[in-house]
Amino acid sequence: MKFSEQWLREWANPSINVKDLADQITMAGLEVDSVDPVAGEFNGVVVAEIISLEKHPDADKLNVCQVNNGAEVIQIVCGAANARPGLKAPLALTGANLPGDFKIKKSKLRGVESFGMLCAEKELGMAESSDGLMELPSDASVGMDIREYLQLDDQTIEIDLTPNRSDCLSIQGVAREVATLNNCNMTPVIITAQPATIDDVLAVKIEASEACPRYLGRVLRNLNVNAETPLWMQEKLRRSGLRSLGPVVDVTNYVLMELGQPMHAFDLEKLNGGITVRLAKAGEAVELLDGKEIKADADALLIADDKTNLALAGIMGGDGSAVSKDTQHVFLESAYFAPDAIAGRARRYGLHTDSSHRFERGVDPALQRDAIERATELLLQIAGGEAGPVTEETTAAYNIAREAILLRKTRIKRILGVELADDEIETILTRLGMTIESVSAGWNVTAPSFRFDISIEADLIEELIRIHGYNNIPRLMPVYKSGLREKTETQLAMQNLRQNLLDHGYFEAVTYSFVDPEWCKVLAPDDQAIALANPMSSEMSVMRTTLWAGMLKVLQYNLNRQQTRVRLFETGLRFIEQKEGTLQQPMLSGVATGALMPEQWSSQSRKIDFFDIKGDVEALLALGGGNIEFISGNHPALHPGQSANIKKDGKAIGWIGAIHPEVQKRLDLSQQVYVFELELGSVCVKNVPKFNVLSKFPEVRRDISLLVDEKLSVSAIKECIVRAGSEVLKDVMVFDVYAGKGVSPGLKSVALGLILQDFSRTLIDDDVDQEMQKIVSSLEKELNATLRE
Amino acid sequence: MSEDLQQLISKARSAIDDATDLQQLDQVRVDYLGKKGVITAQLKTLGKLPAEERKQAGQDINEAKRTVQTALEARHTVLEEARLKAILESETVDVTLPGRGQDVGALHPVTRTRQRIEEIFSQMGFETAEGPEIEDDYHNFEALNIPELHPARAMQDTFYFEDKRVLRTHTSPVQIRTMENKEAPYRIIAPGRVYRCDSDVTHTPMFHQVEGLLIDENISFADLMGTLDRFLKLFFESEDLQTRFRPSYFPFTEPSSEVDIQCVMCEGEGCRICSHTGWLEILGCGMVHPNVLKHVNVDSEKFVGFAFGIGIERMAMLRYGVNDLRLFFENDLRFLRQFS
Repeated sequence: MKFSEQWLREWANPSINVKDLADQITMAGLEVDSVDPVAGEFNGVVVAEIISLEKHPDADKLNVCQVNNGAEVIQIVCGAANARPGLKAPLALTGANLPGDFKIKKSKLRGVESFGMLCAEKELGMAESSDGLMELPSDASVGMDIREYLQLDDQTIEIDLTPNRSDCLSIQGVAREVATLNNCNMTPVIITAQPATIDDVLAVKIEASEACPRYLGRVLRNLNVNAETPLWMQEKLRRSGLRSLGPVVDVTNYVLMELGQPMHAFDLEKLNGGITVRLAKAGEAVELLDGKEIKADADALLIADDKTNLALAGIMGGDGSAVSKDTQHVFLESAYFAPDAIAGRARRYGLHTDSSHRFERGVDPALQRDAIERATELLLQIAGGEAGPVTEETTAAYNIAREAILLRKTRIKRILGVELADDEIETILTRLGMTIESVSAGWNVTAPSFRFDISIEADLIEELIRIHGYNNIPRLMPVYKSGLREKTETQLAMQNLRQNLLDHGYFEAVTYSFVDPEWCKVLAPDDQAIALANPMSSEMSVMRTTLWAGMLKVLQYNLNRQQTRVRLFETGLRFIEQKEGTLQQPMLSGVATGALMPEQWSSQSRKIDFFDIKGDVEALLALGGGNIEFISGNHPALHPGQSANIKKDGKAIGWIGAIHPEVQKRLDLSQQVYVFELELGSVCVKNVPKFNVLSKFPEVRRDISLLVDEKLSVSAIKECIVRAGSEVLKDVMVFDVYAGKGVSPGLKSVALGLILQDFSRTLIDDDVDQEMQKIVSSLEKELNATLRE
Repeated sequence: MSEDLQQLISKARSAIDDATDLQQLDQVRVDYLGKKGVITAQLKTLGKLPAEERKQAGQDINEAKRTVQTALEARHTVLEEARLKAILESETVDVTLPGRGQDVGALHPVTRTRQRIEEIFSQMGFETAEGPEIEDDYHNFEALNIPELHPARAMQDTFYFEDKRVLRTHTSPVQIRTMENKEAPYRIIAPGRVYRCDSDVTHTPMFHQVEGLLIDENISFADLMGTLDRFLKLFFESEDLQTRFRPSYFPFTEPSSEVDIQCVMCEGEGCRICSHTGWLEILGCGMVHPNVLKHVNVDSEKFVGFAFGIGIERMAMLRYGVNDLRLFFENDLRFLRQFS
């Protein structure tokens, strides 16, 4: 909310400067966003009157004006279209300094002398833009300094209010707060009942009694809607960010700003019969002031007459019954709509108005009569006319009496951690307008009608420290029972996993969880993605079914920026729609492309391949231990000959492989990319080591070289060896795989080292030979392998 | 000592001096002291000498042998040193050339900051908790005292799914889930991704928060202030860091507060970063609202406590001087490398 400092000080005027005032209300929870002067810095500008004007002899768009500056009549050349005899406007005299370091000097325009400049609002720093000279009221006193005349030594204060403090959405509300904080007096505007001078009334019927507990109306006749709103009101509205739109709208806006009561004025001639406040029938059309038509939902509150819908109650008036230039008679509405009946509705229809903003947060239910009397008084002053009597309808739901809240001394101490003196508590509550009654436990406190945010004891405690000062509460450290918590060894810390990947040259990425549905389809065609109902864009419209979707985009982003060697990992949830519900599963994924090593002087560069990334994954999985298997598998996004399903202790936990060339093409990736994705939960399962007694006898190594079918997997060979071997076979490793020259086509040579050791004795050659014989014959029989000589 | 012997010694000496490497020197040794060496040969002539000269001559020859031996050894040391020196020289490398091998990656600054926050709070016994990111309306709003249509819902632009579920707008639902599943007291922090339908220079549709919750029998607002003040001083590693608490509003806490720190860029002097106020809004907190405790069946007469929410990106930006929020999600390697 924006308002003028001067206006506030008419209501509450503590003797502190504006900066201190701003700090003070900020620290009381009314956060000040900005304090800006209402006009630019300037001097030497006075109220002047154009006496006469004639066309410039040599310029079509310029006029030569004779202008009374209060002391003399001087000649001013002016290009404004609204310059005319009799107009009063600001005049910058020669020697004046205008905003932007603009000094006014005597000058010649196309050969005609000019002794100053008539000003528009923009030139005085009072508006962003303006159209022609600023028009001052006809009774403005010529020669008076414009700063004094318009009282421009004022600031616009803008505060950002939290939803609970709608009681401060008015000058009256902020003034109450300022008076409380400074313990100073408040001078509210005096509101007097305006007597009815005519008998006209309009019947009001409330059908929605919960939604509209109170509705006040009044007929005003014979208004001059073309009367000029007085300058003081225009200026106060301008300083609150509201444009002047004629007396009726200006007065309702003024009362809204001054007291906080949103009002509405209907053109009486355009109403058919009485007013009904009722809930809409679903789909009912309402034509609004802004020219749009909305289809109301069943929980929308409407103002209707006997024929049509007039307004969306508390949100926006209708087009058909709006006040226009031809309006003579109006019906003023000052109602209390319950927050529950307004909240959320405006947003639903894409609307947000000063009225809906206040009603959905809450308006003082005791305010409506003051507001309608105040508006009547102002309107009659400005536009003349006669007022009918106020009609008031209230329903059973109308109740301004507040329930007392018990505020316990013990609870204050418990919540705050410190004790506040009884008399301070009583003073604060009283200053806040609360009614207090001492009881043995503390006080029974009744909040005033405008503080509808106060409903429980905790609210009162917040009020106490708000006024006492949050920062006057000491800062302590919590005291509580200590204890030792469980610390499992069966769970790998994320830190260790991440560190391992960093050590292997991977950088951690954090990508958006919502991705391009196309990428999900390509990378995980079998998984169903869940789509957002209101995505930012189509490229961010489904939740990722695989982390690769976001990471490959990042990889591409980097490739496009001359980073040809990319290694990234990410952890986070993937989201898959399943019959049982949405799977939200933590994953650990990596992508890698480009050279194995960063470019360097001493070793030849080579591109990474499947086994590089497999090595990285093996190192990662080794942290948790367990039996890890890589099983050749078919993943739709991966190269069928270079991909594997990874199992840990028999459970499938993820995939590794080269991106399928087709996928690479579809995703427009310029080079071969390797990826892995693992279920984080399984990766983090850590086996607790179990010790095996060491053999005291030496181990023996025997190497064999086999010729086998080139399609035979090394793991099949190893499995065969392990099956054939006895308990003396301790380990089998592969140290060479070769195909090509010297090996028949269709075959490959695999060299293996076997480690043998007995627990109870030293193995002799005979033992070893026997064992090897057994193994080799199995290999020959089962795998059709031949021993290479 | 005979003249011959004297000459032999001096010849040997010059041969030793002339030897330029160990091989040559060894040859000199063989020539003089070897089985067929000239000095060894002298010993063989002893037998032919008269008995009375034999003893003296024997002593002289042995003396000559020792002299040559000593000279050989001395020269050996010199040549050995020279050889080693030559080898070392030939093996010398340019140690300023870069080492071989893999480079080391870096944690994302969000994770780095998150870990730092977790580490600081873990000292006070806060355990890390996590929760789903696709949340139901109840956990994200209702249970946190934000009923449907509440104006506070407009404070957070929410991503919805067709079935009315939402992407969590804050990490606060983890509070609820923790309290639903365990008995009081609670001492948790819940870091994670949160989502709001907003994107401009200072907003990204996804960002990270750390939620904190401490509920016990004797926890007060003064404790909240002390804990967060201490945390902020530790995080920014500045004992002089000024903090201030400002009344605010969150539906799930009462009293509620925003916490400002003295601007870390200008140390409170006023600059562009702090809009010339000298203060930076850094986190929101408050005493857990009794309605929230009621939702999870915690007796608010027995247990009280506080909750807070920290924006991780904001902390990272201030700590590391990152000037654009969007950089965190571009994942440009040139950006990520700076956090090695």
